[in-house]
Amino acid sequence: MSNADQIEIVKRVAKELRDGDVVNLGIGMPTLVANYIPEGIKVIFQSENGFLGLGSRPESGKEDMNIVDAGGKPVTINPGGAFFDSSFSFAMIRGGHVDKTVLGALQVDQEGNLANWMIPGKMVPGMGGAMDLVVGAKKVIVAMEHTTKDGQPKILKKCKLPLTASQQVNLIITNKAVIKVTAEGLLLQEIASGLTVEEVQQVTEAELTVSKNLKVME
Amino acid sequence: MSNDKLKSAPEAIKCISSGSVVMIGGFMGCGSPKYVLDKLAETNVRNLTVISNDTDFEGVGVGKLVKRGMISRLIASHIGTNPETGRKLNSGEIAVELNPQGTLAERIRAGGAGLGGFLTPTGFGTIIENGKKKMEINGQTYLLETPLKADVALIKAYKADEFGNLVFRGATRNFNLIMATAAEYVIAEVEEHVRIGGIDPEDVMLPGIFVDCIVRGCAQNVQC
Repeated sequence: MSNADQIEIVKRVAKELRDGDVVNLGIGMPTLVANYIPEGIKVIFQSENGFLGLGSRPESGKEDMNIVDAGGKPVTINPGGAFFDSSFSFAMIRGGHVDKTVLGALQVDQEGNLANWMIPGKMVPGMGGAMDLVVGAKKVIVAMEHTTKDGQPKILKKCKLPLTASQQVNLIITNKAVIKVTAEGLLLQEIASGLTVEEVQQVTEAELTVSKNLKVME
Repeated sequence: MSNDKLKSAPEAIKCISSGSVVMIGGFMGCGSPKYVLDKLAETNVRNLTVISNDTDFEGVGVGKLVKRGMISRLIASHIGTNPETGRKLNSGEIAVELNPQGTLAERIRAGGAGLGGFLTPTGFGTIIENGKKKMEINGQTYLLETPLKADVALIKAYKADEFGNLVFRGATRNFNLIMATAAEYVIAEVEEHVRIGGIDPEDVMLPGIFVDCIVRGCAQNVQC
């Protein structure tokens, strides 16, 4: 995926955040969301390894190896933040005290099922905190490229890979569309500028219902 | 003072023998008892069951035990940062049981808190539910998860007094706190060791009754 595509995705994700939200960002592209928080909005980032108030990367030479993010990379903690242990952190997560979580996906389907933790026989890194985050956060946002590297759909009728969680995804934001998961299936709410609904449907296996208020992604 | 639990690392780890179940604190190396692990990696102990969030990075911390072939069974939530663990999983050298991170933490907490298990919604509808009892409470389905205990826990804190009261820094509490409650024998590696009274009771993060032995180690990413 091009850098420009990534930035479009994370900018759009950032617009979902509301003032005062407690947010957990997944490893990889989702961490970039922190760079595009709209002006006037303050969110509190949770890091599942044990703190609230995750800040920016430290300057080179000022790293404190006691403060790392969930990817093991040095970060900072903002004034007003707090440290705690792993069982407390996941009580916070499962208990519904995290408003939004943003994660990548290998596959997502029309029932809101998510697969993002393993490819049998190929890659078994483990689920880390993803299963708890997806079940516990009030709103689950999937941020990903619309298709695989070779153009295959990632938004399916039914996930084929082992699931991370069943029926927990609320919103899918890609480089081509913003799609809401509803009880009736997938609702296409926004499409990227220059694309038609047909072009988005062509690269989406699941059937999309087009919103009456369909907008262009900004 | 006879109360002092300070020991040398080689003396402390004599409690670990082949076949022991060992909990190891830390999160991708942050807050991991690296000095004690280095000393353990110099022994000929084999066939360990290790309970740890991850296996650090290749050849570092818990990764040293992986490299030296000392682990036969691993319970963890993530092994992606250490490709060698993945290779040994594929070759059958290490049996890996992956747990969702919150489930792993709570199983350890349950082990230390005298609970017979707990019900969690995490993993329902995934392969994690295989073989587990399901219960419906108020319309929601939960999985029954069982407690974890260990023979020995290796943990890392910033400061200990002679009794073993501990203070942690930054995000290093992670799995260290709960593991100290769930093992028969607890070795705490610390950077500073002070007399009783040197830590204000208000500041104690883990009471010393959970700590059997203190080993003086070094700061994060500093070689002892």
